[in-house]
Amino acid sequence: MAMLEVRDIHTYYGNIHALKGVTLEVNQGEIVTLIGANGAGKTTTLRTISGLLHPRQGSISLDGEDITACPAHELVYRGIAMVPEGRGVFAKMSVQENLEMGAYHRSDRPGISADMERVFTLFPRLRERRRQVAGTLSGGEQQMLATGRALMSKPRLLLMDEPSMGLAPILVEGIFDTIQAINKEGTTVLLVEQNALMALSIASRGYVLQTGQIVLTDQAEKLKKNEMVQKAYLGIE
Amino acid sequence: MFRRTLSRLSWVDLFLRAFQLVAAVVIIIGLVNTFTTARYTSGQWATLVFSGLAQGSIYALIALGYTLVYGILLMINFAHGEVYMAGAFSTVFLAIHFARTGFLARSPLIAIVILILFSAAISTTIAVLLERIAYRPLRNAPRLIPLITAIGASFALQYTFRGLYGTQFRAYPDIAVLKGTWNILGFDVPLVQLVVFLAALGLMVVLYWYVERTRAGKAMRAVSEDKAVARLMGIDIDKVIVSTFALGGALAGAAGVFNGLYRPQGVFFLMGFFPGIKAFTAAVLGGIGNIPGAMMGGLLLGLIESLGPNSVLEGLGIPATNQLKDAIAFIMLVLILIFRPQGIFGERLAEKKA
Repeated sequence: MAMLEVRDIHTYYGNIHALKGVTLEVNQGEIVTLIGANGAGKTTTLRTISGLLHPRQGSISLDGEDITACPAHELVYRGIAMVPEGRGVFAKMSVQENLEMGAYHRSDRPGISADMERVFTLFPRLRERRRQVAGTLSGGEQQMLATGRALMSKPRLLLMDEPSMGLAPILVEGIFDTIQAINKEGTTVLLVEQNALMALSIASRGYVLQTGQIVLTDQAEKLKKNEMVQKAYLGIE
Repeated sequence: MFRRTLSRLSWVDLFLRAFQLVAAVVIIIGLVNTFTTARYTSGQWATLVFSGLAQGSIYALIALGYTLVYGILLMINFAHGEVYMAGAFSTVFLAIHFARTGFLARSPLIAIVILILFSAAISTTIAVLLERIAYRPLRNAPRLIPLITAIGASFALQYTFRGLYGTQFRAYPDIAVLKGTWNILGFDVPLVQLVVFLAALGLMVVLYWYVERTRAGKAMRAVSEDKAVARLMGIDIDKVIVSTFALGGALAGAAGVFNGLYRPQGVFFLMGFFPGIKAFTAAVLGGIGNIPGAMMGGLLLGLIESLGPNSVLEGLGIPATNQLKDAIAFIMLVLILIFRPQGIFGERLAEKKA
């Protein structure tokens, strides 16, 4: 049984039919990537899994339990965390307060401070700036903060929405290294990316999303060599 | 086309500048006239300052309710004046009962604390019901709709309480210990003003600590910044919104008792309207959505209202200036909205996506 099973979900924004039957699976310990063009429905898929949106049809289950109607704030307790698109740091709150918000649902104080220490080891820049207001951080630092904040909830499944968006190439590599490191420590990752090449090089499997439907799925290595993927998403003619 | 917009813009600018200048000149003339003729002694001015601070701290407590709710929902809860009335009006009966049994005279401190808690509880209940019944179903509606609902809710509450308690004015009983004066820097300050001011200040400090330091307060700030991300953190935003209304209600309820102790003219079912609008003015003055702004805005409005008639208007030779207090408050509101809509401490509203 897969850790996350998404079965034929249809999600709407008002009357706009954004997801037209998306089915995907993520197994324990994997990095799975969801690639696709702008407007294909990648973010909508993540927002539906995280409970911010609810599908009109289809089902989502985590460890075999149905979570389709579960509100977003309860999914954190079940081990899902999301790094939202555009990072979504609380700009007026300090770095430390942002991290505390990540651990909002936890009450084990020693565990929380141990995890904060772990985040600071992973991102030493955040330790230097722990009293600083998050809105004054650079884009790369905000991405670190958003990732660290998600880790503070001790997730089993981490959803990441376009972590490379708007960052300089050198920072992007750092972010992808971090994702691999987080994964090695036992967190399962579902990664949405426009930077398909990078995403496929760290993922074990991938799904290709087109206008609200999964059109292709395979091992990441094979997707990289797929002619259609190369043309459409890797810029290889 | 470009030239036309340019010239139109500059005319508006010019008009506003001229208006600003005229307003400043009028105020300065008034001040100069007053102070050169030395109409009042420094003791009289001190009296005005202290009563302004006491009244201002009551405005500040109510203003916090507007600003807290606005910070979270970007909505003006225009029924907040009625939340204040509900506490003040209900508690007057308990206060009268306490006075009749002698409890108020025997242990005034405990009695006053009980009155404050009682009033806060009533106002909190009303505020929470208001959120649950009137506003929550409209959370995703266009912004004009909850505003209209607020006005409707305000009338509904006024006439519910009229039905409950009647149309009579009812005065809070006199409390002997609060009758005295206290000497500060050589000026005699009525004790009741001092107590109201300090107690309100204490509540504001507690509120500030709550919002800045506690887990629940941080969750509140997180929700006010980004509701979707706050939900991803595991924050139940409905609970946070309810607790925001509850907090605003509790402060308004406490303000209701302070008002009852401070002003002898009594309470009745329409009493929430003016303090409500003035506290709204105070919140706008400080920058709506900004908590220290609402505190400062309240105190400042109290001072301006108290000092303005004697210092500016009398200097201009306007008769019966003390009856123009309310006019001063509302002229202020208009001036702020024209010249500094973001308030003293506020950021520009455009920063927040409404």
